[in-house]
Amino acid sequence: MSDSKKFVLGIFDDEDVLLKAVGKIRGAGVKIHEVYSPFPVHGLDEELGYKRSRLPIAAFMFGALGTTLALVMQIWMLGVDWPMIIGGKNHVALPDFVPVTFELTVLLAAFGMVGTFLVSSDLKPWKDPKLLDIRITDDKHVMAIDLGTNRAVEVASINALLKDSGAVEVNNKDVDE
Amino acid sequence: MQVTSSVRKPLITGGKTVHDVTEDICKQVEGKPSKLWLMAFGISVVTLLIGLVAVVATVWEGIGMWGLNKTVGWAWDITNFVWWVGIGHAGTLISAVLLLFRQKWRMAINRASEAMTIFAVICAAQFPILHMGRPWLGAYWALPLPNTFGSLWVNFNSPLLWDVFAISTYFSVSLVFWYLGLVPDFATIRDRADGIRKKIYGALSLGWDGAAKTWSRYESVSLILAGLATPLVLSVHTIVSFDFATSVIPGWHTTIFPPYFVAGAIFSGFAMVLTLMLVTRAVFKLQDYITIEHIELMNIVIIVTGSIVGIAYITEFFIAWYSGVPAEQYAFYNRMQGPYWWAYWSMMTCNVISPQLFWFKKIRTSIAATFILSIIVNIGMWFERFVIIVTSLHRDFLPSSWAMFYPTIYDAGVYLFTFGLFFTCFFLFAKFFPVINMAEVKSIVKSSSEKTAA
Repeated sequence: MSDSKKFVLGIFDDEDVLLKAVGKIRGAGVKIHEVYSPFPVHGLDEELGYKRSRLPIAAFMFGALGTTLALVMQIWMLGVDWPMIIGGKNHVALPDFVPVTFELTVLLAAFGMVGTFLVSSDLKPWKDPKLLDIRITDDKHVMAIDLGTNRAVEVASINALLKDSGAVEVNNKDVDE
Repeated sequence: MQVTSSVRKPLITGGKTVHDVTEDICKQVEGKPSKLWLMAFGISVVTLLIGLVAVVATVWEGIGMWGLNKTVGWAWDITNFVWWVGIGHAGTLISAVLLLFRQKWRMAINRASEAMTIFAVICAAQFPILHMGRPWLGAYWALPLPNTFGSLWVNFNSPLLWDVFAISTYFSVSLVFWYLGLVPDFATIRDRADGIRKKIYGALSLGWDGAAKTWSRYESVSLILAGLATPLVLSVHTIVSFDFATSVIPGWHTTIFPPYFVAGAIFSGFAMVLTLMLVTRAVFKLQDYITIEHIELMNIVIIVTGSIVGIAYITEFFIAWYSGVPAEQYAFYNRMQGPYWWAYWSMMTCNVISPQLFWFKKIRTSIAATFILSIIVNIGMWFERFVIIVTSLHRDFLPSSWAMFYPTIYDAGVYLFTFGLFFTCFFLFAKFFPVINMAEVKSIVKSSSEKTAA
């Protein structure tokens, strides 16, 4: 069964107008599906009520994993599996293990976090992004309002609200699910 | 609200709109390659192939093809290695450190400098790999892989091993940082293209759709990556300097090395960024994005780091005298007065004196002067590494083993090979990838463009 979602798209060409519009439209009780932008707009996530990303936590966890793996590897290899006296130092000469531990911490933190980001944002080479408007990656900000989740509000008033808050165009778009 | 400063000079000139940014940058990627580009690319490939002869000869015959001897066991190879790694420091420094400091002028130059970083590190890696003699066995010497000698593991107490981890981490994290920055721009190119190009750039863009949620995560990932990359940049050249500083050779065994090497790396990295940016700017007509303001700011970084390097040279010299250790004193006396005096004084002139010219505003805002000085700085930085490495080795504790190092044509050939590799990669990047970070530059069009600042 092919469902189709109906969207109203408000097209904005100024990030400051867009920011105010988001506050105004959400204030009027309209749920915004998502806003698409060609560049990061600071404060937009707060206006949309998005929670702060938990990716830093992921980075910390992967980093801690890197530290642990690096220390376990070095201590096991040089301290347990094949102990050798190198330069008259202890088998487990911890200060010497600092550089490799640091590098592996950074490596795992960075790769772990970026990997988590790609998975959580569903970014992959074979994905078709199905843009609602081709100008999103050029110079227009597009506010998408899903009519399905806004049945209580009339379409005409959503259109008027978008126009009032500074949208340069208001379009309708059906998307096949 | 965007705050427009009345004291800061605009970072984008020519009254560009957001759409103009897309047009100006995508034009380079979409158009047919220019004659100038084809010529430059052709020369790079030919250089690469000529150099390849020396590389093949080195691998086939062995390290004996180089001019090394029993006394000077390290010379051009490690000099070139440190030189390339140093150059590779500017990119991530610009994109990470300047991001943490919220310096918006990084946005026009970060993409190309990161690309430069990646290619420079690839070039650097050629030297230790080739110096292994039998590189196909290298993985067992450099990485903790299980093996049939025990397993006899690698030595985690050795700075050479730390280098393996530092450089490969630096390379892969820089690569990820760079690629992540490219994703939104690949999406822009994808949406303007059709056919096979759309498929390729579409795959590269990972299905980017510019959703606010994704941007929000993306920003937080960039910030954390910058936070991780900053100590990483500093660690890499610190660890490279440990290769020397942890030894007991007079002239190497000094605690000043880590900060001194890091400053030198930033110094030479910025010089190489300037050399490349001035060419890229002219060839691709990007004068409105890479402005005189950008060039001046980079030149200021060169004065600062160049002065740190100068002070480091003088400190090192003073401490050698003050230490009262005859071997240490002789190492420095020999640098200045010995058979390699010309290398020492080239280094001093190029690195200490020449960047001081940038105190004059006329010189630091002149494109011709900046271009010449940026090349002089890189010549100076090459001599710095050569002086540290060769003059400390060639006259060791036993006068009977004193020797000179004379490079062979193969030493020069391998160095040439890395130049060919570097420029081939850079020209490919400049043609097929957006050379300026469009998404970031678009975000400052409103606040930092000439139109609004006026």
